[in-house]
Amino acid sequence: MAAEVREAEQIVNVSDSESGQSDFIETEIPGKSNNSLLVASDEFDDISYEELNNGALQAAPMGTINALVKRKVKRQHSIIESDGRQSTVSEDDIANDVENESSEISGDDTQDDNLVLESNLADLSLQESGSLPLEIPSPHLISSTNSETDYVNSIEWKQQKKHIFILSDSGKPIYSRHGSEDKLVTIMGVMQALVSFVADSDKDNLRSIVAGDHRFVFMTRDHLTFVGVTRGKESTQQMLLQLTYMYNQVISVLTLSTLTRIFKSHRNYDLRRTLSGAEKFFDNLLNLMDVEPGLLLSSVRCLPLDSAVRDNISQTIVQYAKVKDLVFALIIAHNQLVAVVRMKKYYLHPMDLHLILNLINASESFKAAESWTPICLPKFDAAGFLQAHVSYLDDECHTCLLLLSVDIEAFYVLSECKAKIQEKLKKYNALAAINNSLRRNSYSIQQCSINDLRHFLYKARSTSQYTSPELEAPYNTKEEQERLFGLYYYLHDRIHTSGRPLKILFHVGPYETLLGWVTPGFELFAVFGPLVTKITAIHAVNKLLRWIKKEEDRLFILSSVTF
Amino acid sequence: MSELNMKSLEAKVVVLGSQGVGKTSVVIRYVGGMFSKAVSPTIGASFFTYKLTLEQYRVKLQVWDTAGQERFRSMAPMYYRKANAAMLVYDITSLESFYDIKDWVKELKKNVDTPIVLCLLGNKSDLDSGRKVSKEDAEEYASSIDALFFETSALKNTGIEDAFLQVSKHLIHLYETVPNSGMGSLIAQQAPDMFVPNQGMVLSNRNQDSASPPQTSNCSC
Repeated sequence: MAAEVREAEQIVNVSDSESGQSDFIETEIPGKSNNSLLVASDEFDDISYEELNNGALQAAPMGTINALVKRKVKRQHSIIESDGRQSTVSEDDIANDVENESSEISGDDTQDDNLVLESNLADLSLQESGSLPLEIPSPHLISSTNSETDYVNSIEWKQQKKHIFILSDSGKPIYSRHGSEDKLVTIMGVMQALVSFVADSDKDNLRSIVAGDHRFVFMTRDHLTFVGVTRGKESTQQMLLQLTYMYNQVISVLTLSTLTRIFKSHRNYDLRRTLSGAEKFFDNLLNLMDVEPGLLLSSVRCLPLDSAVRDNISQTIVQYAKVKDLVFALIIAHNQLVAVVRMKKYYLHPMDLHLILNLINASESFKAAESWTPICLPKFDAAGFLQAHVSYLDDECHTCLLLLSVDIEAFYVLSECKAKIQEKLKKYNALAAINNSLRRNSYSIQQCSINDLRHFLYKARSTSQYTSPELEAPYNTKEEQERLFGLYYYLHDRIHTSGRPLKILFHVGPYETLLGWVTPGFELFAVFGPLVTKITAIHAVNKLLRWIKKEEDRLFILSSVTF
Repeated sequence: MSELNMKSLEAKVVVLGSQGVGKTSVVIRYVGGMFSKAVSPTIGASFFTYKLTLEQYRVKLQVWDTAGQERFRSMAPMYYRKANAAMLVYDITSLESFYDIKDWVKELKKNVDTPIVLCLLGNKSDLDSGRKVSKEDAEEYASSIDALFFETSALKNTGIEDAFLQVSKHLIHLYETVPNSGMGSLIAQQAPDMFVPNQGMVLSNRNQDSASPPQTSNCSC
């Protein structure tokens, strides 16, 4: 039996109206494209405990990179065959390369791999037991000097709006959003006890507990337990989505193969050692979730740009980064997508893109120089790393170029590509156009000229992109923004509730009126002033859709460019 | 003897060492001529280039500043492969970071089969009051592995210029004496530089007196 306690429905004035639907004119869907660059995903609907328990979600994509690398090896061999001058030495070299690569990348274990890995792990454990117990530096350690129990009982800690914990199967603390994990050993032990008690007694899973105004949500995946505790408006499923993002972030740093390998041989392994330095990615991702609706909507926001300029940018990338083994090339500015070019047949998943945005967002070090770093994109291939060439194109470090390849030797080639792309984009004034757009801030709600419409989120489902205006008064304080997000969480949850999904929801609250509308083509969440009637709201969203349609070339990336 | 047209040399230098010893600070001090107190931990590895003129050579150093975090440890071979020089950085206030150098040296000896210039750097020499690694110990260790040795401070800008200069000199020496040293245009050179049976390269410590100071031109990408 699932230990789930549901809070009583509090909101009145909710009319789940099917009748009003005839008033909604489904115009041509704004932002729709049959030629998408991102995976069209409704990640939220896919995430549920049933799926988790069935292992459907567990079947993470593996071997994509391997397939790409294998293709490459074939190609290289054929080059060698045709080129008689190549000695056997270099062939060995390539074979070695492949072996090295597959030791990091391969999902299917060859014997050699296992040997290498085992010896690696043996090294690891030796280091751990041999050397002095290494104090894992934690940014949280500095802030608190209280003893363990004092700390957990401190008002500051208790009053945090949201806690996220990660612990291992054996109850070892790995990460805590607030406070140092070291001080939370006891409380994490309790969590582990709860999870394993339910699991042992009934072959069941602990899902969530509601206690007072706190909601505890649990997720166990691949030897890790993720626990989210919130006082906010997030539903259990929405918390589950957030925990899934945390899980993806762990995979992105380690890869699924490494994670399972570690815990297969060392159940007691302290994962903090391997994750040290990655805490800021978790912190940053959680901060991002509080301000960026794209994570909830499994979609990304594009930087508004003239479609001609955007085409120019994509074509420049295609022209100057036509390099073997380059899977994705993307330009990002302030968490917004400027352009994406992809290899034929391969698509970027919005969840992966959020991890990329998080990587760029969380690390200042990319601003110093060109970087070459491994990153695992769990939706693309959870088993291996892609290599990312990361660089900023302008001196002010607003516009970031990422080139993701499966070839670990590609740095110098990609570095040349980057130089050419940078030169051309400067020449075409594209960088200036990007900077202009950044300076102007997205757009004001007033530009839609709809009375009493305060804010909205619009997601085009086929392209996994969303658009929304700037946050303006009354949502210009942090508290009000949080409240607005709470409203969106509520609306989103009501519409997507797994038991009884709705198409349209009109909700009158004390301070604003909400309208949510979901069709196969889009999702729209609109926030109006409190006195708006249903009829007005319906007319308003129809008008809004027409406006978005008019602006779609600027707000969305509608054409998908491939190498 | 000296030709009018200069010879040019391109060498790959990898910077290794534990987390937080100041690898990035050393590199940025040398390449960018500045020091920042808030250097963010490196992700993966950062790539810098530096050009200098030395003994009729235009030397272009391709500097790989690697991440010290444990999770990037398994990626290290990717960065030190085909390196012509390795800067091994430790923190003079951390014995641990000094011991870690031994692992790096072991790993390099095992995996790099081309001749490589080693240079041991004891960074943060401005923190002399908290010193845990004596200069003598480090010097002794450096000579036992045939490495150059310098104590440096990225904050005070001491020793760094000198270290890179001496490394460059040794690279030129290597280039002139070992035919297959793997230096040259690195982009063209992809495969045929393996198996140079020269491992016992003796690099004597600072037997060269100071040559003309390098005319350095700055280039960071």
